[in-house]
Amino acid sequence: MSALLFNFLAVFIVACAAGVVLNRNAVASALCLLLSLVGVAGLFVQLDAFLLAALLVFVYAGAVVALFLFIIMLLDMQGGDRKPFTGLTLAAGTLAFLLLAGGVFSFAAHARLPATPAPAQAAGASLQNYAELLFTTYLLPVEVVGFLLLIAMLGVIVLSKKFEPELEPGAGSQKPDVRSQMSDAGNRKPEGSQEIPNHP
Amino acid sequence: MFDFYFHLPLWIRMPAQGLAVILVLFPLAAACSMAERKICAWIQGRPGPNRTIPPWIAWVPVIAPILQHLGVFQLAADGGKFVFKEDPVPGHVNKFYFILSPILAMIPALTTVAIVPFGAYLSEGRLVPIMLANVDIGLLAVFAVSSLGVYSVILAGWASNSKYPFLGSVRASAQLISYELSMTLSVLPVFLWVNAPGGHGTLSLFDVVQSQSQPGFLGGLWFIVFMPLSAFIFLVALFAETNRQPFDMPESEADLVGGFHTEYGAFKWSLFFVAEYCHMIVGSGVFVLLFLGGWNPLPWLPLATVADWLGLAGIPLAMGVLGIVIFLGKVAAFIFFFMWVRWTLPRFRYDQVMKIGWQRLLPLAIANLIFYALAIAVIQK
Repeated sequence: MSALLFNFLAVFIVACAAGVVLNRNAVASALCLLLSLVGVAGLFVQLDAFLLAALLVFVYAGAVVALFLFIIMLLDMQGGDRKPFTGLTLAAGTLAFLLLAGGVFSFAAHARLPATPAPAQAAGASLQNYAELLFTTYLLPVEVVGFLLLIAMLGVIVLSKKFEPELEPGAGSQKPDVRSQMSDAGNRKPEGSQEIPNHP
Repeated sequence: MFDFYFHLPLWIRMPAQGLAVILVLFPLAAACSMAERKICAWIQGRPGPNRTIPPWIAWVPVIAPILQHLGVFQLAADGGKFVFKEDPVPGHVNKFYFILSPILAMIPALTTVAIVPFGAYLSEGRLVPIMLANVDIGLLAVFAVSSLGVYSVILAGWASNSKYPFLGSVRASAQLISYELSMTLSVLPVFLWVNAPGGHGTLSLFDVVQSQSQPGFLGGLWFIVFMPLSAFIFLVALFAETNRQPFDMPESEADLVGGFHTEYGAFKWSLFFVAEYCHMIVGSGVFVLLFLGGWNPLPWLPLATVADWLGLAGIPLAMGVLGIVIFLGKVAAFIFFFMWVRWTLPRFRYDQVMKIGWQRLLPLAIANLIFYALAIAVIQK
């Protein structure tokens, strides 16, 4: 039963991931990504790592992909009018494929599973185990990642916000709202030309 | 006493539980829509629905006029209308996603209820929760599944391929994600308190209620008294997450016609409607469990004590029913509060919604968390 479920999930995840790349419609791609993430959460459930599964669904499926969709709809992106391959992407793709094939080959040929059976309780299974590992063994990586995220956030703010000298004392308090800023930053088209996204 | 159920094969139990969810939630959601119409009529000083009655019931002498005036049959008439009227699919929509999104709306709405405990009964001296899936991660699972609800709104607006639904769905995606942050931060103090040092570490909603039914002054206190600010932030975020007024930006009919469901009609529209009420019911349930003591009738008065007084402690079924009745009573009161607010407060403007979410609620939630982290560390020392 569990082997069957694993096989089904594995095929499902890979098929959805392929759908992300192959779809011409950006919204459909984002939805394939969503399904793929839900499939990965299913794999976590199979490993008894319920906490990781819930976090994955909550953070990535629930918020990050929703933000992707938000950006796609806001910027009115249209795929399919670019050339699918240029020389550079072809070279990069070949290189990535070779690296991946080498990795898979070396994994299949040399990797050995430990002879001792895996512990009954996986680290991600219960909240307490997970929190303990997070605050003892992996404290430094967590802090470093948190700091990286903070820097990235600051970078986004600096890049996207226009720092203009204040014009009048009265106008200074009235900040422009987020949406007009975002469309200013991302959408170079003249005002009024924004249309509803096209469908395939 | 319910052991026979757990010995049934899985393929019987799973559909049975799924059916139970639908059979419990759909009538509750329908009753909510009825209550909404009656309460709004009451608040606005008009009688509300008071005409509908099937002919064979109208022949009953005394009871029929009372039921007619209460408008209880309006429910069935509305439901029947949604099922039997023409179900339009406009020509300019993206058909696949247009039909998919009402279905997507139902999935999180019906799934979250499995993780919410409705009551408890005593079994061999231990309190056992009445719920479909007793998972250790409890509330996190509710948040995770209900956060998927945003996709139905986004897809509905996008697939409709016209301007008002599109604007509604863009608003919805921004609003739902903004308020999720404050919502999650506001419940952290509760779990800091529940997971006292030496505990086994849990996010289960059952354990939250258990920690509100302990002996002693602080042990029996409901969290709404102990952490009023957390409760308030959670409440505001809950209104925003369920798209209820004053936060119903995605469908604000004054500026967006109907928002994300402008192009929908008949049964597909009613699925969105039922999903919204299901979210309201589950959200109210979670609030009652977190802050209002769950199935305990009063602060400092746990369910087990009351059942002992009434002599019900030995009968699991009676105690379970008592717990469910108390819990559902609180949920009903809370849903009344939802509707009361809806017909009292005017809708916010969109920039006000964003400002409240990011500039008021989020800093408040962070400050609240820091304050309670320090306070709980001192108290539990």
